[in-house]
Amino acid sequence: MAIVEVDGLVKRYGDRTVVDGVGFTVEQGEIFGILGPNGAGKTTTVECVAGLRTPDGGRVRVCGIDPQRDTGELRHLLSAQLQESELPDKLRVREAMALYSSFYRAPADWRELIATLGLSGTLDTPFRRLSGGQKQRLSIALALVGNPRVAVLDELTTGLDPQARRDVWELIAGIRDRGVTILLVTHFMEEAERLCDRLAVIDSGRLVALDSPAGLVSSVDGRQRIRFRPATPLDPAVLTALPEVVAVERAGGQLVVTGEGNLLLAVAAELARRQVVAADLRVEQTSLEDAYVALTHRPGQA
Amino acid sequence: MSALSRLTVIETRLFLREPMIVFFALAFPPILLAVLGAIPAFRVPDESAGGLRAVDRYVPVVIAMGLAVYALNGLSQLFATYREKGVLRRMRTTPVRPGVMLGAQLLMSTIVSVVTMVAVLAVGRLAFDVGLPRNLPGYLAGYVLAALAMFAVSLLVASLAPTGRSAGAVGTVIFFPIVFFAGLWLPRDDMNGVLRTISDATPLGAGVQSLQDAAAGHWPQLLHLAVMLGWTIVAGGLAARYFRWE
Repeated sequence: MAIVEVDGLVKRYGDRTVVDGVGFTVEQGEIFGILGPNGAGKTTTVECVAGLRTPDGGRVRVCGIDPQRDTGELRHLLSAQLQESELPDKLRVREAMALYSSFYRAPADWRELIATLGLSGTLDTPFRRLSGGQKQRLSIALALVGNPRVAVLDELTTGLDPQARRDVWELIAGIRDRGVTILLVTHFMEEAERLCDRLAVIDSGRLVALDSPAGLVSSVDGRQRIRFRPATPLDPAVLTALPEVVAVERAGGQLVVTGEGNLLLAVAAELARRQVVAADLRVEQTSLEDAYVALTHRPGQA
Repeated sequence: MSALSRLTVIETRLFLREPMIVFFALAFPPILLAVLGAIPAFRVPDESAGGLRAVDRYVPVVIAMGLAVYALNGLSQLFATYREKGVLRRMRTTPVRPGVMLGAQLLMSTIVSVVTMVAVLAVGRLAFDVGLPRNLPGYLAGYVLAALAMFAVSLLVASLAPTGRSAGAVGTVIFFPIVFFAGLWLPRDDMNGVLRTISDATPLGAGVQSLQDAAAGHWPQLLHLAVMLGWTIVAGGLAARYFRWE
Protein backbone atom coordinates (compact mmCIF):
# COMPACT_ATOMS: atom_id res chain seq x y z
CA MET A 1 0.00 0.00 0.00
CA ALA A 2 1.36 3.41 -0.93
CA ILE A 3 1.70 5.59 2.16
CA VAL A 4 3.24 8.60 0.44
CA GLU A 5 2.22 9.59 -3.06
CA VAL A 6 3.88 12.41 -4.96
CA ASP A 7 2.77 13.15 -8.49
CA GLY A 8 4.03 15.88 -10.81
CA LEU A 9 5.30 18.03 -7.93
CA VAL A 10 6.41 21.53 -8.93
CA LYS A 11 7.88 24.17 -6.63
CA ARG A 12 9.26 27.54 -7.67
CA TYR A 13 11.14 30.17 -5.69
CA GLY A 14 10.59 33.32 -7.72
CA ASP A 15 11.72 32.53 -11.26
CA ARG A 16 13.68 29.48 -10.25
CA THR A 17 11.97 26.11 -10.55
CA VAL A 18 13.62 23.98 -7.86
CA VAL A 19 11.32 20.96 -8.16
CA ASP A 20 10.10 20.20 -11.65
CA GLY A 21 7.57 17.40 -12.02
CA VAL A 22 8.90 14.96 -9.42
CA GLY A 23 6.73 11.88 -8.78
CA PHE A 24 7.14 8.72 -6.70
CA THR A 25 5.26 6.54 -4.25
CA VAL A 26 6.57 5.16 -1.00
CA GLU A 27 5.22 1.81 0.21
CA GLN A 28 4.34 1.12 3.80
CA GLY A 29 7.35 -0.10 5.80
CA GLU A 30 9.95 0.96 3.23
CA ILE A 31 13.10 2.93 3.72
CA PHE A 32 12.86 5.17 0.70
CA GLY A 33 15.91 7.22 -0.18
CA ILE A 34 16.04 10.55 -1.95
CA LEU A 35 19.48 11.01 -3.39
CA GLY A 36 20.94 13.88 -5.33
CA PRO A 37 23.59 16.60 -5.41
CA ASN A 38 23.38 19.63 -3.13
CA GLY A 39 20.72 22.02 -4.37
CA ALA A 40 18.97 19.34 -6.44
CA GLY A 41 15.61 19.95 -4.73
CA LYS A 42 15.65 17.01 -2.28
CA THR A 43 14.86 19.05 0.81
CA THR A 44 12.20 21.10 -0.95
CA THR A 45 10.54 17.88 -2.11
CA VAL A 46 10.32 16.44 1.41
CA GLU A 47 9.26 19.81 2.80
CA CYS A 48 6.29 19.69 0.44
CA VAL A 49 5.53 16.16 1.64
CA ALA A 50 5.78 17.39 5.24
CA GLY A 51 3.36 20.24 4.52
CA LEU A 52 5.95 22.92 5.26
CA ARG A 53 5.89 24.36 1.76
CA THR A 54 3.01 24.90 -0.61
CA PRO A 55 3.59 23.19 -3.96
CA ASP A 56 3.05 25.27 -7.11
CA GLY A 57 1.78 22.23 -8.92
CA GLY A 58 1.18 18.52 -8.64
CA ARG A 59 -0.35 16.33 -6.02
CA VAL A 60 0.95 15.10 -2.66
CA ARG A 61 -0.82 12.61 -0.39
CA VAL A 62 0.37 11.16 2.91
CA CYS A 63 -1.81 8.29 4.21
CA GLY A 64 -4.40 9.58 1.77
CA ILE A 65 -4.53 13.12 3.17
CA ASP A 66 -3.50 16.38 1.54
CA PRO A 67 -0.68 17.95 3.60
CA GLN A 68 -1.82 21.45 2.64
CA ARG A 69 -5.47 21.02 3.55
CA ASP A 70 -5.22 18.83 6.61
CA THR A 71 -1.95 19.95 8.15
CA GLY A 72 -3.13 19.36 11.71
CA GLU A 73 -3.81 15.69 11.03
CA LEU A 74 -0.60 15.31 9.03
CA ARG A 75 1.52 16.36 12.03
CA HIS A 76 0.27 13.32 13.94
CA LEU A 77 0.99 10.92 11.07
CA LEU A 78 4.27 12.25 9.75
CA SER A 79 7.21 13.61 11.66
CA ALA A 80 10.24 15.31 10.20
CA GLN A 81 13.79 15.68 11.34
CA LEU A 82 14.96 18.60 9.25
CA GLN A 83 18.36 20.11 8.79
CA GLU A 84 19.35 23.11 10.86
CA SER A 85 16.80 22.57 13.59
CA GLU A 86 18.22 22.87 17.06
CA LEU A 87 16.80 23.15 20.54
CA PRO A 88 17.33 25.88 23.11
CA ASP A 89 20.89 25.61 24.49
CA LYS A 90 19.89 24.96 28.07
CA LEU A 91 16.95 22.66 27.44
CA ARG A 92 17.70 19.25 28.97
CA VAL A 93 17.10 15.94 27.24
CA ARG A 94 14.44 14.94 29.76
CA GLU A 95 12.60 18.26 29.32
CA ALA A 96 12.77 18.10 25.53
CA MET A 97 11.28 14.61 25.50
CA ALA A 98 8.53 15.43 28.01
CA LEU A 99 7.71 18.64 26.13
CA TYR A 100 7.55 17.07 22.68
CA SER A 101 5.57 14.07 23.87
CA SER A 102 2.97 16.50 25.27
CA PHE A 103 2.39 17.77 21.72
CA TYR A 104 0.93 14.46 20.48
CA ARG A 105 -2.35 12.76 21.24
CA ALA A 106 -0.87 9.23 21.41
CA PRO A 107 2.81 9.63 22.24
CA ALA A 108 5.28 6.78 22.57
CA ASP A 109 6.89 6.02 25.93
CA TRP A 110 9.73 8.51 25.69
CA ARG A 111 11.83 6.85 28.38
CA GLU A 112 11.86 3.62 26.45
CA LEU A 113 12.71 5.53 23.28
CA ILE A 114 15.59 7.30 25.00
CA ALA A 115 16.87 3.97 26.30
CA THR A 116 16.69 2.43 22.82
CA LEU A 117 18.67 5.33 21.44
CA GLY A 118 21.31 5.02 24.17
CA LEU A 119 20.61 8.42 25.69
CA SER A 120 19.51 7.34 29.18
CA GLY A 121 22.76 8.65 30.66
CA THR A 122 22.15 12.14 29.28
CA LEU A 123 18.68 12.89 30.68
CA ASP A 124 19.90 15.92 32.63
CA THR A 125 22.36 17.13 30.01
CA PRO A 126 21.55 20.47 28.36
CA PHE A 127 21.24 20.35 24.56
CA ARG A 128 24.39 22.39 23.92
CA ARG A 129 26.51 19.93 25.92
CA LEU A 130 25.50 16.93 23.79
CA SER A 131 27.93 15.60 21.18
CA GLY A 132 26.98 15.75 17.50
CA GLY A 133 25.97 12.10 17.53
CA GLN A 134 23.90 12.53 20.69
CA LYS A 135 22.13 15.55 19.19
CA GLN A 136 21.21 13.52 16.12
CA ARG A 137 19.98 10.64 18.25
CA LEU A 138 17.89 13.06 20.29
CA SER A 139 16.49 14.42 17.02
CA ILE A 140 15.51 10.90 16.01
CA ALA A 141 13.90 10.38 19.42
CA LEU A 142 11.93 13.64 19.02
CA ALA A 143 10.87 12.60 15.53
CA LEU A 144 9.56 9.27 16.86
CA VAL A 145 7.97 10.35 20.13
CA GLY A 146 4.63 11.04 18.43
CA ASN A 147 4.38 7.45 17.11
CA PRO A 148 4.34 8.62 13.48
CA ARG A 149 3.57 6.32 10.58
CA VAL A 150 6.06 8.14 8.36
CA ALA A 151 9.34 9.74 9.45
CA VAL A 152 11.23 12.14 7.19
CA LEU A 153 14.93 12.19 8.02
CA ASP A 154 16.87 14.88 6.15
CA GLU A 155 20.66 14.59 5.97
CA LEU A 156 20.72 12.92 9.32
CA THR A 157 24.34 11.84 9.30
CA THR A 158 25.96 14.90 7.73
CA GLY A 159 28.72 16.13 10.00
CA LEU A 160 28.96 12.97 12.07
CA ASP A 161 32.15 10.97 12.44
CA PRO A 162 32.18 7.53 10.76
CA GLN A 163 31.43 5.59 13.96
CA ALA A 164 28.50 7.82 14.92
CA ARG A 165 27.22 7.57 11.36
CA ARG A 166 27.23 3.77 11.51
CA ASP A 167 25.43 3.88 14.86
CA VAL A 168 22.71 6.08 13.34
CA TRP A 169 22.34 3.68 10.40
CA GLU A 170 21.68 0.84 12.78
CA LEU A 171 19.08 2.95 14.53
CA ILE A 172 17.30 3.78 11.30
CA ALA A 173 17.11 0.10 10.40
CA GLY A 174 15.69 -0.46 13.89
CA ILE A 175 13.04 2.23 13.39
CA ARG A 176 11.78 0.48 10.29
CA ASP A 177 11.40 -2.66 12.38
CA ARG A 178 8.99 -0.67 14.56
CA GLY A 179 6.76 -0.36 11.51
CA VAL A 180 7.63 3.23 10.64
CA THR A 181 8.02 4.12 6.97
CA ILE A 182 11.11 6.22 6.41
CA LEU A 183 11.82 8.89 3.84
CA LEU A 184 15.57 9.39 3.97
CA VAL A 185 17.23 12.33 2.28
CA THR A 186 20.93 11.86 1.76
CA HIS A 187 23.88 12.57 -0.43
CA PHE A 188 25.98 9.76 1.01
CA MET A 189 26.17 6.87 -1.44
CA GLU A 190 27.17 4.35 1.20
CA GLU A 191 24.25 5.36 3.37
CA ALA A 192 21.78 4.99 0.51
CA GLU A 193 23.21 1.63 -0.48
CA ARG A 194 23.21 0.24 3.06
CA LEU A 195 19.78 1.42 4.16
CA CYS A 196 17.38 2.08 1.34
CA ASP A 197 14.98 -0.38 -0.24
CA ARG A 198 14.43 1.99 -3.12
CA LEU A 199 15.99 5.23 -4.23
CA ALA A 200 14.78 8.27 -6.10
CA VAL A 201 17.66 10.15 -7.71
CA ILE A 202 16.87 13.82 -8.17
CA ASP A 203 18.98 16.22 -10.18
CA SER A 204 18.21 19.89 -10.92
CA GLY A 205 14.66 19.41 -9.67
CA ARG A 206 13.89 16.40 -11.87
CA LEU A 207 13.54 12.75 -11.04
CA VAL A 208 16.27 11.03 -13.07
CA ALA A 209 15.95 7.48 -11.73
CA LEU A 210 13.80 5.44 -9.40
CA ASP A 211 14.88 1.91 -8.49
CA SER A 212 16.47 -0.30 -5.86
CA PRO A 213 20.19 0.37 -5.27
CA ALA A 214 21.05 -2.85 -7.16
CA GLY A 215 18.67 -1.90 -9.96
CA LEU A 216 20.32 1.49 -10.34
CA VAL A 217 23.75 -0.10 -10.53
CA SER A 218 22.68 -2.61 -13.16
CA SER A 219 21.04 0.12 -15.24
CA VAL A 220 24.45 1.64 -15.91
CA ASP A 221 26.40 -1.61 -15.84
CA GLY A 222 28.78 -2.82 -18.47
CA ARG A 223 31.50 -0.52 -17.20
CA GLN A 224 34.58 -1.71 -15.36
CA ARG A 225 37.49 0.12 -13.94
CA ILE A 226 41.07 -1.01 -13.47
CA ARG A 227 43.55 0.80 -11.28
CA PHE A 228 47.27 0.11 -11.25
CA ARG A 229 50.62 1.75 -10.85
CA PRO A 230 52.89 1.16 -13.88
CA ALA A 231 56.37 0.15 -12.63
CA THR A 232 57.90 1.95 -15.62
CA PRO A 233 56.50 5.04 -17.32
CA LEU A 234 53.69 4.29 -19.74
CA ASP A 235 52.06 6.54 -22.31
CA PRO A 236 48.29 6.39 -21.66
CA ALA A 237 47.71 6.66 -25.40
CA VAL A 238 48.74 3.03 -25.90
CA LEU A 239 45.85 1.98 -23.68
CA THR A 240 43.37 4.44 -25.14
CA ALA A 241 44.07 2.86 -28.50
CA LEU A 242 42.62 -0.46 -27.32
CA PRO A 243 39.01 -0.98 -28.48
CA GLU A 244 37.87 -2.10 -24.99
CA VAL A 245 39.13 1.09 -23.32
CA VAL A 246 36.82 4.07 -22.97
CA ALA A 247 38.97 6.38 -20.90
CA VAL A 248 42.30 6.57 -19.10
CA GLU A 249 42.88 8.95 -16.24
CA ARG A 250 45.90 9.66 -14.12
CA ALA A 251 45.36 9.70 -10.37
CA GLY A 252 48.66 10.44 -8.69
CA GLY A 253 51.09 7.69 -9.74
CA GLN A 254 48.17 5.49 -10.73
CA LEU A 255 46.36 4.97 -13.96
CA VAL A 256 42.62 4.42 -13.91
CA VAL A 257 41.36 2.65 -16.99
CA THR A 258 37.62 2.56 -17.65
CA GLY A 259 36.20 0.31 -20.30
CA GLU A 260 33.87 -2.41 -21.43
CA GLY A 261 33.94 -6.05 -22.51
CA ASN A 262 37.05 -8.05 -21.71
CA LEU A 263 38.87 -5.01 -20.39
CA LEU A 264 41.20 -6.74 -17.94
CA LEU A 265 42.51 -9.23 -20.50
CA ALA A 266 43.05 -6.53 -23.12
CA VAL A 267 44.92 -4.24 -20.75
CA ALA A 268 47.00 -7.07 -19.24
CA ALA A 269 47.99 -8.31 -22.68
CA GLU A 270 49.05 -4.84 -23.78
CA LEU A 271 51.09 -4.32 -20.61
CA ALA A 272 52.77 -7.73 -21.03
CA ARG A 273 53.62 -6.95 -24.64
CA ARG A 274 55.32 -3.72 -23.53
CA GLN A 275 56.85 -5.45 -20.51
CA VAL A 276 55.34 -3.00 -18.07
CA VAL A 277 54.68 -4.46 -14.64
CA ALA A 278 51.38 -3.33 -13.12
CA ALA A 279 51.73 -2.86 -9.37
CA ASP A 280 48.79 -2.58 -6.94
CA LEU A 281 46.39 -3.70 -9.61
CA ARG A 282 42.71 -3.61 -8.68
CA VAL A 283 39.56 -4.25 -10.66
CA GLU A 284 36.53 -2.27 -9.52
CA GLN A 285 32.90 -3.15 -10.09
CA THR A 286 30.39 -0.50 -10.93
CA SER A 287 29.17 0.95 -7.66
CA LEU A 288 26.12 2.94 -6.76
CA GLU A 289 28.39 5.95 -6.86
CA ASP A 290 29.24 5.25 -10.50
CA ALA A 291 25.55 4.86 -11.24
CA TYR A 292 24.83 8.10 -9.45
CA VAL A 293 27.52 10.00 -11.32
CA ALA A 294 26.29 8.56 -14.60
CA LEU A 295 22.75 9.64 -13.76
CA THR A 296 23.51 13.11 -12.47
CA HIS A 297 26.65 13.86 -14.51
CA ARG A 298 28.26 15.29 -11.44
CA PRO A 299 30.74 13.82 -9.01
CA GLY A 300 29.06 12.81 -5.78
CA GLN A 301 30.58 12.71 -2.36
CA ALA A 302 31.74 9.33 -1.20
CA MET B 1 -0.53 19.04 30.95
CA SER B 2 -1.51 20.85 27.80
CA ALA B 3 1.13 21.91 25.30
CA LEU B 4 0.62 25.59 26.19
CA SER B 5 1.08 25.15 29.92
CA ARG B 6 4.03 22.80 29.46
CA LEU B 7 5.68 25.19 27.03
CA THR B 8 5.11 28.07 29.44
CA VAL B 9 6.69 26.09 32.28
CA ILE B 10 9.67 25.08 30.14
CA GLU B 11 10.18 28.61 28.80
CA THR B 12 10.05 29.96 32.34
CA ARG B 13 12.67 27.43 33.44
CA LEU B 14 14.87 28.35 30.51
CA PHE B 15 14.46 32.02 31.44
CA LEU B 16 15.53 31.27 35.02
CA ARG B 17 18.67 29.54 33.70
CA GLU B 18 19.93 32.81 32.19
CA PRO B 19 21.31 34.70 35.19
CA MET B 20 22.01 37.94 33.29
CA ILE B 21 18.51 38.15 31.83
CA VAL B 22 16.96 37.24 35.19
CA PHE B 23 18.98 39.97 36.89
CA PHE B 24 18.03 42.68 34.42
CA ALA B 25 14.39 41.64 34.18
CA LEU B 26 13.60 40.87 37.81
CA ALA B 27 16.20 42.40 40.12
CA PHE B 28 17.47 45.48 38.35
CA PRO B 29 14.30 47.63 38.49
CA PRO B 30 13.77 47.22 42.29
CA ILE B 31 17.49 47.81 42.87
CA LEU B 32 17.39 50.94 40.74
CA LEU B 33 14.47 52.27 42.76
CA ALA B 34 16.33 51.50 46.00
CA VAL B 35 19.40 53.37 44.74
CA LEU B 36 17.34 56.40 43.65
CA GLY B 37 15.43 56.40 46.94
CA ALA B 38 18.70 56.34 48.85
CA ILE B 39 19.54 59.79 47.47
CA PRO B 40 18.32 62.30 50.10
CA ALA B 41 17.19 64.85 47.50
CA PHE B 42 14.81 62.24 46.05
CA ARG B 43 12.95 62.10 49.33
CA VAL B 44 12.22 65.86 49.66
CA PRO B 45 8.57 66.75 48.94
CA ASP B 46 8.27 69.04 45.94
CA GLU B 47 5.48 71.63 46.31
CA SER B 48 5.37 72.28 42.57
CA ALA B 49 4.52 68.61 42.04
CA GLY B 50 1.68 68.58 44.53
CA GLY B 51 3.85 67.55 47.47
CA LEU B 52 5.12 64.38 45.76
CA ARG B 53 8.74 63.38 46.22
CA ALA B 54 10.97 62.39 43.29
CA VAL B 55 10.98 58.81 44.55
CA ASP B 56 7.15 58.77 44.32
CA ARG B 57 7.30 60.00 40.75
CA TYR B 58 10.00 57.49 39.80
CA VAL B 59 8.04 54.36 40.73
CA PRO B 60 6.03 54.27 37.46
CA VAL B 61 9.14 55.24 35.47
CA VAL B 62 11.16 52.37 36.95
CA ILE B 63 8.30 49.94 36.33
CA ALA B 64 8.11 51.10 32.71
CA MET B 65 11.87 50.81 32.34
CA GLY B 66 11.67 47.23 33.63
CA LEU B 67 9.20 46.47 30.84
CA ALA B 68 11.48 48.04 28.25
CA VAL B 69 14.54 46.13 29.45
CA TYR B 70 12.80 42.80 29.26
CA ALA B 71 10.93 43.44 26.02
CA LEU B 72 13.83 44.92 24.08
CA ASN B 73 16.76 42.97 25.48
CA GLY B 74 15.17 39.67 26.44
CA LEU B 75 12.10 38.71 24.46
CA SER B 76 13.04 39.97 21.00
CA GLN B 77 16.49 38.44 21.14
CA LEU B 78 15.13 35.15 22.38
CA PHE B 79 12.63 34.88 19.57
CA ALA B 80 15.09 35.88 16.87
CA THR B 81 17.60 33.37 18.26
CA TYR B 82 14.97 30.62 18.26
CA ARG B 83 14.31 31.32 14.63
CA GLU B 84 18.00 31.55 13.75
CA LYS B 85 18.75 28.20 15.38
CA GLY B 86 15.76 26.42 13.90
CA VAL B 87 14.00 25.89 17.23
CA LEU B 88 10.83 27.23 15.61
CA ARG B 89 11.48 25.20 12.46
CA ARG B 90 11.58 22.01 14.50
CA MET B 91 8.45 22.97 16.38
CA ARG B 92 6.65 23.59 13.10
CA THR B 93 6.91 19.88 12.28
CA THR B 94 4.89 18.94 15.38
CA PRO B 95 1.14 19.26 15.96
CA VAL B 96 1.76 22.38 18.07
CA ARG B 97 0.67 25.45 16.21
CA PRO B 98 3.40 28.08 16.17
CA GLY B 99 0.94 30.50 17.78
CA VAL B 100 1.07 28.38 20.93
CA MET B 101 4.78 29.10 21.18
CA LEU B 102 4.04 32.80 20.85
CA GLY B 103 1.31 32.50 23.47
CA ALA B 104 3.65 30.72 25.89
CA GLN B 105 6.25 33.47 25.47
CA LEU B 106 3.70 36.22 26.06
CA LEU B 107 2.29 34.42 29.08
CA MET B 108 5.73 33.99 30.58
CA SER B 109 6.69 37.60 29.80
CA THR B 110 3.53 38.85 31.48
CA ILE B 111 4.19 36.75 34.59
CA VAL B 112 7.82 37.94 34.76
CA SER B 113 6.88 41.58 34.33
CA VAL B 114 4.04 41.44 36.86
CA VAL B 115 6.49 39.98 39.40
CA THR B 116 8.87 42.85 38.63
CA MET B 117 6.09 45.42 39.05
CA VAL B 118 5.07 43.96 42.39
CA ALA B 119 8.71 43.97 43.54
CA VAL B 120 9.12 47.64 42.59
CA LEU B 121 5.87 48.60 44.33
CA ALA B 122 6.94 46.64 47.40
CA VAL B 123 10.36 48.33 47.58
CA GLY B 124 8.67 51.72 47.19
CA ARG B 125 6.11 50.99 49.86
CA LEU B 126 8.38 49.30 52.41
CA ALA B 127 11.57 51.30 52.01
CA PHE B 128 10.33 54.75 51.07
CA ASP B 129 6.70 54.80 52.14
CA VAL B 130 5.47 55.35 48.58
CA GLY B 131 1.68 54.99 48.57
CA LEU B 132 0.23 52.02 46.74
CA PRO B 133 -1.88 52.83 43.65
CA ARG B 134 -5.21 54.31 44.76
CA ASN B 135 -7.05 53.24 41.63
CA LEU B 136 -5.92 49.63 41.39
CA PRO B 137 -8.08 48.57 38.39
CA GLY B 138 -6.93 51.67 36.51
CA TYR B 139 -3.32 50.92 37.44
CA LEU B 140 -3.53 47.32 36.26
CA ALA B 141 -5.28 48.34 33.04
CA GLY B 142 -2.58 50.91 32.30
CA TYR B 143 0.11 48.39 33.16
CA VAL B 144 -1.25 45.57 31.02
CA LEU B 145 -1.69 47.90 28.04
CA ALA B 146 1.85 49.24 28.43
CA ALA B 147 3.16 45.67 28.66
CA LEU B 148 1.23 44.59 25.56
CA ALA B 149 2.46 47.60 23.60
CA MET B 150 6.08 46.88 24.55
CA PHE B 151 5.79 43.14 23.79
CA ALA B 152 4.29 43.98 20.40
CA VAL B 153 7.25 46.29 19.63
CA SER B 154 9.57 43.54 20.82
CA LEU B 155 8.01 40.94 18.54
CA LEU B 156 8.17 43.39 15.64
CA VAL B 157 11.93 43.74 16.23
CA ALA B 158 12.20 39.94 16.37
CA SER B 159 10.26 39.64 13.09
CA LEU B 160 12.39 42.09 11.20
CA ALA B 161 15.83 41.30 12.61
CA PRO B 162 17.61 38.55 10.69
CA THR B 163 19.55 37.18 13.69
CA GLY B 164 19.44 37.13 17.48
CA ARG B 165 22.50 39.35 17.56
CA SER B 166 20.96 42.02 15.34
CA ALA B 167 17.69 41.84 17.31
CA GLY B 168 19.76 42.62 20.40
CA ALA B 169 21.43 45.56 18.69
CA VAL B 170 18.16 47.01 17.35
CA GLY B 171 16.52 46.53 20.75
CA THR B 172 19.30 48.44 22.47
CA VAL B 173 19.03 51.32 19.98
CA ILE B 174 15.26 51.57 20.49
CA PHE B 175 15.58 51.20 24.25
CA PHE B 176 17.11 54.63 24.87
CA PRO B 177 14.50 56.86 23.20
CA ILE B 178 11.72 54.71 24.68
CA VAL B 179 12.94 55.09 28.25
CA PHE B 180 13.89 58.73 27.67
CA PHE B 181 10.32 59.54 26.72
CA ALA B 182 9.11 57.44 29.64
CA GLY B 183 10.90 60.03 31.81
CA LEU B 184 13.91 58.09 33.04
CA TRP B 185 16.28 61.07 32.84
CA LEU B 186 13.81 63.92 32.66
CA PRO B 187 10.46 63.34 34.38
CA ARG B 188 7.47 63.93 32.10
CA ASP B 189 6.32 66.76 34.38
CA ASP B 190 9.55 68.61 33.66
CA MET B 191 9.43 68.12 29.87
CA ASN B 192 8.57 71.09 27.66
CA GLY B 193 5.45 71.01 25.47
CA VAL B 194 7.06 69.42 22.40
CA LEU B 195 8.82 66.70 24.35
CA ARG B 196 5.72 65.95 26.35
CA THR B 197 3.63 65.64 23.19
CA ILE B 198 6.14 63.20 21.71
CA SER B 199 6.20 61.35 25.02
CA ASP B 200 2.39 61.09 24.98
CA ALA B 201 2.66 59.24 21.68
CA THR B 202 5.27 56.70 22.81
CA PRO B 203 4.17 53.43 24.41
CA LEU B 204 5.93 54.04 27.70
CA GLY B 205 5.31 57.81 27.88
CA ALA B 206 1.61 56.99 27.71
CA GLY B 207 2.20 54.07 30.06
CA VAL B 208 3.98 56.09 32.75
CA GLN B 209 1.32 58.82 32.65
CA SER B 210 -1.42 56.22 33.00
CA LEU B 211 0.33 54.67 36.00
CA GLN B 212 0.82 58.11 37.57
CA ASP B 213 -2.82 59.01 37.06
CA ALA B 214 -4.03 55.71 38.52
CA ALA B 215 -1.57 55.94 41.43
CA ALA B 216 -3.13 59.32 42.30
CA GLY B 217 -6.60 57.76 42.23
CA HIS B 218 -7.75 58.91 38.77
CA TRP B 219 -8.48 56.83 35.69
CA PRO B 220 -5.85 56.79 32.91
CA GLN B 221 -6.62 59.31 30.18
CA LEU B 222 -8.31 58.08 27.05
CA LEU B 223 -5.50 59.52 24.90
CA HIS B 224 -2.89 57.39 26.64
CA LEU B 225 -4.98 54.23 26.55
CA ALA B 226 -5.58 54.82 22.84
CA VAL B 227 -1.85 55.35 22.21
CA MET B 228 -0.93 52.07 23.92
CA LEU B 229 -3.69 50.19 22.17
CA GLY B 230 -2.56 51.69 18.88
CA TRP B 231 1.02 50.53 19.39
CA THR B 232 -0.21 47.07 20.30
CA ILE B 233 -2.36 46.78 17.20
CA VAL B 234 0.03 48.37 14.70
CA ALA B 235 3.29 46.83 15.96
CA GLY B 236 1.60 43.53 16.75
CA GLY B 237 -0.07 43.44 13.33
CA LEU B 238 3.19 44.23 11.54
CA ALA B 239 4.97 41.60 13.65
CA ALA B 240 2.39 39.02 12.63
CA ARG B 241 2.59 40.18 9.01
CA TYR B 242 6.38 39.91 8.81
CA PHE B 243 6.90 37.04 11.18
CA ARG B 244 8.91 34.20 9.67
CA TRP B 245 9.20 30.88 11.40
CA GLU B 246 12.44 30.24 9.54
